[in-house]
Amino acid sequence: MKPCAFIYHRPSGLPEALALLAAHAPTGGRVLAGGQSLVPMMAYRMAQPSHLIDINHIATLQGAAMQNGALVIGTTTRHAAFKTGICPGPLGAMLGFVSSHIAHGPIRNRGTFGGSLANADPASEWCLVMVTLGGRVMLQHASGTRMVAAGDFFTGVMATALADDEMLTEAHLPWGQGDQWGFYEISRRAGDYALAMCLVVYRLDNGLMRDVRLGIGGAEATPRRLAAAEAILAGQAPTGPNFIQAADAAAAMLKPMTDHNVTALFRRDLVRAAVRRALHHSLNHE
Amino acid sequence: MTGWVGRPITRFEDDALLRGAGHFTADLPAEAYLRFVRSPVAAGIIDGCIAPDGVMMITDTDLASVPPIKPIIRKFGYVPIAQPVLARGVVRYTGEPVAAVIGQTEEQAEDFADLVSLNITPAPVCVTAEAAMAPGAPVIHPGMADNIVVQTALTTPGYESANAKAAHRVVTKIRSHRQAALPMETRAAHAAFDAATGRVTLTCTAQMPHLMHRAITAMLGMAADELRVIAPDFGQKMSLAAEYVVLVWAALRLRTSIAWVEDRRDNLMASFHARDIAIEVEGAFDNEGRFLALRGDITANVGAYAPYPNTAAVEPLMSFTELPGPYDIGEYSCAARGVITNTCCSAPYRGVARPAITLAMERLLDMAAMQLGMEPAEIRRRNLIRIFPHTTPTGLVYDNAAYVETMEMALLAADVPGFRARQHAARARGVYLGLGMSSFCERTGYGSAAFAARGMDIQPGWEHVDMTLDGDGVVTARIGASPHGQGLRTTLAQIIADAVGVVPANVRVVHGDTDHTPFGWGTFASRSLVISGGASLIAARKIRERLLQQAASYLEAADADIDLRDGYASVTGTDRRVSIAVLAQVHGGFADDGFYDPLGTFSNATHIAMVAVDIETCMVRVERFIVAEDAGRLINPMIVDGQIHGGVAQGIANALLEEVIYDETGNILTISLADFLAPTAHEIPAMTILHRETIADATMTGAKGLGEGGTIGAPAAVLNAINDALAPLKVTINEMPATPARLHAALRGTK
Repeated sequence: MKPCAFIYHRPSGLPEALALLAAHAPTGGRVLAGGQSLVPMMAYRMAQPSHLIDINHIATLQGAAMQNGALVIGTTTRHAAFKTGICPGPLGAMLGFVSSHIAHGPIRNRGTFGGSLANADPASEWCLVMVTLGGRVMLQHASGTRMVAAGDFFTGVMATALADDEMLTEAHLPWGQGDQWGFYEISRRAGDYALAMCLVVYRLDNGLMRDVRLGIGGAEATPRRLAAAEAILAGQAPTGPNFIQAADAAAAMLKPMTDHNVTALFRRDLVRAAVRRALHHSLNHE
Repeated sequence: MTGWVGRPITRFEDDALLRGAGHFTADLPAEAYLRFVRSPVAAGIIDGCIAPDGVMMITDTDLASVPPIKPIIRKFGYVPIAQPVLARGVVRYTGEPVAAVIGQTEEQAEDFADLVSLNITPAPVCVTAEAAMAPGAPVIHPGMADNIVVQTALTTPGYESANAKAAHRVVTKIRSHRQAALPMETRAAHAAFDAATGRVTLTCTAQMPHLMHRAITAMLGMAADELRVIAPDFGQKMSLAAEYVVLVWAALRLRTSIAWVEDRRDNLMASFHARDIAIEVEGAFDNEGRFLALRGDITANVGAYAPYPNTAAVEPLMSFTELPGPYDIGEYSCAARGVITNTCCSAPYRGVARPAITLAMERLLDMAAMQLGMEPAEIRRRNLIRIFPHTTPTGLVYDNAAYVETMEMALLAADVPGFRARQHAARARGVYLGLGMSSFCERTGYGSAAFAARGMDIQPGWEHVDMTLDGDGVVTARIGASPHGQGLRTTLAQIIADAVGVVPANVRVVHGDTDHTPFGWGTFASRSLVISGGASLIAARKIRERLLQQAASYLEAADADIDLRDGYASVTGTDRRVSIAVLAQVHGGFADDGFYDPLGTFSNATHIAMVAVDIETCMVRVERFIVAEDAGRLINPMIVDGQIHGGVAQGIANALLEEVIYDETGNILTISLADFLAPTAHEIPAMTILHRETIADATMTGAKGLGEGGTIGAPAAVLNAINDALAPLKVTINEMPATPARLHAALRGTK
C-alpha cells in the first residue's frame, strides 16, 4: 500500500497549474486537490499517476462568494468550510447540514468541494447538491474555459465530462427556489458512503409546494432529479400522504445499483425511505 | 489492611502511548525491505514465477531445506496439514505467499512485487464448508478426501431417554460469518543480522515470543542462541507467521537487517481470520422450561491451512467442548467438524469460537422462552448452574461462581419492566425497540492439563517468573508471558507490590524479549493475569519470606512483628523501621522464581443490549449496553472495565458490522476499511458495567481471566435484542453480522 513513484508539482498560480496539466495529462498527470479519494487509490495502486499537480496552494481557487444569485465555490474550498454556514440564509444552512454527512472530521478538514465533483463518486453528497440545484461547473484548460451543467457533467460511476487536460476550477450553485429544504442520508456507519440519499428543495406558496427539486444520490451511477416525484409534489400541500406518494414514485423509477452489501431491491426500499424522510426533514430541521 | 490490589491505579503502559512516544516495529530502520508476492487466485497450480532482471526474489526453491509449518494434535481424527512457508507448486487461498522480493525501501519492494510474473493455472475452489464437504468436491490437501481435518462426536449414555421425555423441543441454526481480528498494528517484523555474533534479532509482533523463537530456530536449523526474539504486540498474533520465517532466513542469508510490515490490505486478505462457524442446536425441555438434553452439530470452516501451534482444530473442538455453557445440562449429544476450504486460515481471535456457541445457546433459550410463554430471564433462571463445582458432560469442571446472581444484577440495572413499557409504547408509533440478554461462562487461565486433553503436541500451560529485589528497592519480574495491551505491567506490579511490600512504581515487569525473560508461553486464552500473576505471587512470597527474616534480624525483632509495606519494613507498634532497599543492600539483593500451572477457572457474565431497529432502512442502533460480570478478585478495576469496553465493542462489531466476504471464486472482497466495517465511537454506546467478586478458589490470586468475555457475550445479546424488537413482525435472524441486507431479506416477506 505504498504508491508508485510520481513527480510532484506545486504551482502557486492557476495558469502555471493549467500549463503543467497540459504538459503532463497526456502521460498520466493528474490534479491533486484534497487527496481524500485519490491518495488512498494511489496507496492501493488503483491510481498510478505519473505526475501530481497539487493545487492546494493556489489561493484564488479557495473560498466561496455569492455572485448574481449563485454561490460560486472555489474548487479547493474544504468540506469543513461549509460547517457553520458558508453563506447566509437557507442555502448556507442546507450546505452546512449536508456537509456534516461527508465522511469524518479529518476528511472534511482536507477534502474539497471541487475534488468531490471531479471524483464523481455516486455516493458524493456534493454531486447530489449540484445536480438537484441545477448547478454548473467551470472547466478550464491552458487555452480556454467552458461551463457545463451538473446534469451533463456526471457521466457514470466516477466518470465525468472533464477532459484529461481540464481542471474543474469553480462550481456555481444557484439558489432561487425558496427556502424549504430537506436532506436524508442512509449509510452503514456514521460517515460511510451513502447507500441512498435524497435532497429536496422547494418553496411554499400559500401552503402549497412550488418549484420542487428532488434529487437522489448513492443509488444509481450518477445523482439525478426525479421528475415524476417532483410532479407529484408540485402544487400540493406538504403532507405525509403526498410524501409517501412521491417516495413510491421515486423508488419505482430508480434503476438502483447492486453490490455485495445492498441488493437493488433493498436499495429501492432505501430510496423510498430517504425520499420520505428528506421531505419530512424539510418541515422540521430539529 | 488495604493493599494495592483492587485499586484502579493508572496504567504504567499508557504514558508513552498517550504522548506518542510508543515504539512500534515499523519504526525500526532497515537496510532492506521485503514484500510478498501473493496468489491472486484461491486455488491453482503454479506454472511459473519469474522476477525481472536484477530483482532478488525468494521462492520455495530457495527454501527447500525449510520444513513446512505442521502443528499436530493426536486425537479427534485430526489430519495434520503441511503449510510450506512459501507456496510449493500449489496455491490454496487468495493471498497465499508465493514469493518474496527485496527492495531498498518498502515502495521499491512493492514496485518489484508488481513486476513479478506469476503464472497460475486456476483449479476448482471450495469457498464454503458445504461446498468442501459435498460429494465429489475438489480435494484441497492430498490424503484428506473429504476435506474434513478434524471431527469428533459424543452422546452421553442418558441422552436418548432424556431427549425422548421432552415436553418442548426447540431447534435453531445459527451462522457466524467470518471475521478478522483487525489489530491496530498489523503483523510486522524486523530481522537484524549481527556480523560480530552471527545472531539474528527478530523484533516482531507476536503473542508467544518464546514459542516463535523455538519454532523458527527449529525450522531454520539455528542454534537457540543464534536468535533473539523481541515481541511487543497488539492482537491476532498468537500463531506463527510464515512470513517471519522467510524474513529471518533472508536476514541470515543476506547478513543484513531486513523488515516486513504487513499493510492493511494484506492483513485483511492473508493474515488470520476467525469464526466462520455454523451451529445447529436442539434443546429438549420439560414443562417448566428446564433442559432435559441438548444436541449440537457444529461445522467450522477453518480455511486452507493449520496455524501453529493451535492447529485447525481449535474452533470446532472448543465449540464441541464448551457449547453447554453456564447451563445445567446433564445429557448432551454433539458432533463437530473442521472443514478445509480455499480461504485464509482461521486462527484464535479474542473469544475464539465462543461468540458463536453463545449465540447458538442464547438464541435457543430465547426461542424456547417464547415457545413456553416465559420472559427470557426466567428460562435462564431455571437453567443456570447453581451448585459448584459443576462437571459438564464434556468433563469440564466449573469452579465456584454465582451465575444466577450475576444475571440478576444485570437485570436489575436494565429495569426490564420499565423497558417493556417503553417498548410497548414505541411499537404503537412504529418504532421497534428490543432487549436481548446473553449469559455465558468463560474458561480462562487453564494450564497444561487442558492442552494435553486436546492431544496437542505443544501444551502451552504453565508460566514462569524470575524475580529479583535489588539494592535500589526495585523488584524486577522477568515474565515468560507477553502482554499485548492488557496492562500486565500494571496489574502484576500491584500483585507483587502487596506481596513484597513495595509500591507498584518500584516494580519493573520485563517481558517479550527472549534474551531477558525465562521461557514462557505468552498471552492468549484469558490466561496471563491468572497464570503469570500466580507465578509472580509465588515468587514474590518467597522473597517476602526472606525479607521478613532479614528485617527481623536487622531490626532485632521477631519475624511475626515485621510489617512490610510500601518500601519499608517496620516493627508493628513501634517507630522502628528500615527501607527495603537497605535490607536488599545488606543482603546483596534477593532473587527467586515462581512457576505456576493451574487447572483453570471459569469467569462468567450476563450482557444486556437494548437496540432500536429501523424497519425501513434495516439499520440497528445499540442504545444501551449493560454488563454484569464475575471474574473473581479484581486486581485493577479500571483495567477490567477497559477490557470489557474493548471486548464489547468488538462483539457489537461482530453482531452488526464486521464480515470477511469472499465471492464464489474465492476472491476476497473486503480488503480495505471501507469494506470491512470496524465500529467507530458512533456505533458503540456508553456501557454500564457491574462487578461481582466470587474469589476463585482455583487460582493463586483469586482472580479469574476476563480478557475475552466482552467479545463473547455481546453478539448474542445484540442478536437477541434485534429478535425481540422484531418479534411482533414474526421475524427471526440467527446470522451475524445481522447486516441491513440480511435484515431486509428477513423483513421483506412480512411487508
